[in-house]
Amino acid sequence: MGTQTLYDKLWNSHVVHEEPDGTTLIYIDRHLVHEVTSPQAFEGLRLAGRKPWRIASMLAVADHNVPTTDRTQGIADPISRLQVETLDSNCDELGITEFRMADVRQGIVHVIGPEQGATLPGMTVVCGDSHTSTHGAFAALAFGIGTSEVEHVMATQCLLMKKARAMQVLVDGALGRGVTAKDLVLAVIGKIGTAGGTGYAIEFAGSAIRALTMEGRMTVCNMAIEAGARAGMIAADDTTISYLKGRPFAPQGELWDKAVGYWRTLHSDEGAQFDKVVLLDAAEIKPQVTWGTSPEMVVAVDGNVPDPAREDDPVKRGSIELSLKYMGLQPNTPITEIQIDKVFIGSCTNARIEDLRAAAEVIRGKHVAANVKLAMAVPGSGLVKQQAEREGLDKIFVEAGFEWREPGCSMCLAMNADRLEPGERCASTSNRNFEGRQGPGGRTHLVSPEMAAAAAIAGHFVDARNL
Amino acid sequence: MDKFLRVDGLVVPLDRANVDTDAIIPKQFLKSIKRTGFGPNLFDEWRYLDHGEPGMDNSRRPLNPDFVLNQPRYHGAQILLARENFGCGSSREHAPWALDDYGFRAIIAPSFADIFCNNCFKNGLLPIVLDAASVDDLFQGVTATPGYHLKIDLEQQIITAPNGMVYRFEVDAFRKNCLLNGLDDIGLTLQHVREIKEYEARRKSEAPWLFT
Ligand code: SF4
Repeated sequence: MGTQTLYDKLWNSHVVHEEPDGTTLIYIDRHLVHEVTSPQAFEGLRLAGRKPWRIASMLAVADHNVPTTDRTQGIADPISRLQVETLDSNCDELGITEFRMADVRQGIVHVIGPEQGATLPGMTVVCGDSHTSTHGAFAALAFGIGTSEVEHVMATQCLLMKKARAMQVLVDGALGRGVTAKDLVLAVIGKIGTAGGTGYAIEFAGSAIRALTMEGRMTVCNMAIEAGARAGMIAADDTTISYLKGRPFAPQGELWDKAVGYWRTLHSDEGAQFDKVVLLDAAEIKPQVTWGTSPEMVVAVDGNVPDPAREDDPVKRGSIELSLKYMGLQPNTPITEIQIDKVFIGSCTNARIEDLRAAAEVIRGKHVAANVKLAMAVPGSGLVKQQAEREGLDKIFVEAGFEWREPGCSMCLAMNADRLEPGERCASTSNRNFEGRQGPGGRTHLVSPEMAAAAAIAGHFVDARNL
Repeated sequence: MDKFLRVDGLVVPLDRANVDTDAIIPKQFLKSIKRTGFGPNLFDEWRYLDHGEPGMDNSRRPLNPDFVLNQPRYHGAQILLARENFGCGSSREHAPWALDDYGFRAIIAPSFADIFCNNCFKNGLLPIVLDAASVDDLFQGVTATPGYHLKIDLEQQIITAPNGMVYRFEVDAFRKNCLLNGLDDIGLTLQHVREIKEYEARRKSEAPWLFT
């Protein structure tokens, strides 16, 4: 077969049928399901008189609509409640494994898949959610799909697709102290743009990537979609394998040994060819802060808000102007002079245990600034929350003036009650700063957990390394 | 799925790059468990001056007169002209459902986000990629000419402008065939049941842990 990229290996091992024009039927190993993008798919299946092909491949959880406050009261919003109940009844009817709201294993779908070992190297993983790219951190081919495709996978265990081009993002060198996986991926997006990865599957490689923990790798792959790529992936190594050992859905005993043998082959071969290679020097990356309404609108914390007058391309200049207007920012303002109203530490990008530990470390013994109206920490899952509480992190957050919440998507997209009010400015560890993403008129700045924590304490953006 | 053959439609220009699916259909409308009824909330935050929530009577809400879809000359538009990276962001199929429900049949832009593009084809909505210079041409044409129509012929893969200019576009042969014939992907895939089962059997022997 010659030399292959990791993407080639994952793709080739899942081809069921290929047409001469390259349209390929790809087999899907794991199908994660949540409440927002599945009801119409279940309904479609029912209307057509079809049954799910392989129920054991499915794992369901409600995350987008769930409240992060006291859950004993159920969901107040009747429309949200109906959506969650619809998932519950669909899963009941078909016998699909689901972590219900009261289950300690409930959480954001992209946090619980890996946490349970339901995401394994060599798998194809899909979910009706664009951040499914997260699971690529495990040397899996993982990508988001729409609801029609959710139905298609349910009915056939396959998807029709064409192979993407392969891009390698090679990050060598060591990240500086206090510079995180989030900063790394924001720097990548700043460099290639939000459409830079369109049509590609991105493999992140290089010594800086290998040095990341699984949590960090998930943060990086999570945001591959923000660079336009449906899938991001990272080769399997000892870090991957030791993370998975003993997880509930991971293989055990002899099967484990056999699986590990296979997983060790899941990397790009020496000399494998990519359609595009992007190089970054990890040592040059500084903590990042977005200033606009697209994740590519990002600068280092010691930078300034850009000046549209200095942009030659009229379409780009127009975008900058619209963004600055929406964000209520003046050109050339130093990032560290931007005051914030709210802080959100959470989401499938940054709500794992290490993220919470890192943020807690920054705020330990300090207090949220007077101008910050609300600072919230929302763990990615019930198990993350439990672990954090075992380590006493909840106390550090609460003593510093943070609210410590129940797990879910929360203010990442504000489908539940957690949201920004019009004009409010938020330091957020989530992945999208689109207009209205965190609430109509809300203004989002994407940062790492450390940077969000530091902004909470200072009341404005500040280099977390100097706090 | 409805067949897509030809459209001769009024064009509306949306002159912004990176229009994301959150803007196309804001999340509060994603709570619906239906596929239809999203049209009145398409571009909700740009289209109305107040904040929209599901269940509101949209006909009574104050419209933003500056938003292009609200300008009388563009009423009844079936073709959306957009800038690069249209449809980026979330995988919500509610975005094409809303565009379709509003009455759009095709979107023309220099580039589309991958998942959005896929979702459009599944719903009989045709995303057409033209080079940036051609898109610029069309933007000029549509803003200068009230009642500006384009003729889109999927079979021939051409767009004809009122001034007689013809723009050729590329479209994936498989998807074109599905659109032209209104074919259902699931039905097509189920013609390969035997191969899927063979694949499963083979894979199970190679990697049994995937099937536990
Ligand atoms: S945390 Fe945010 S980005 Fe992640 S799945 Fe939930 S809504 Fe989507």
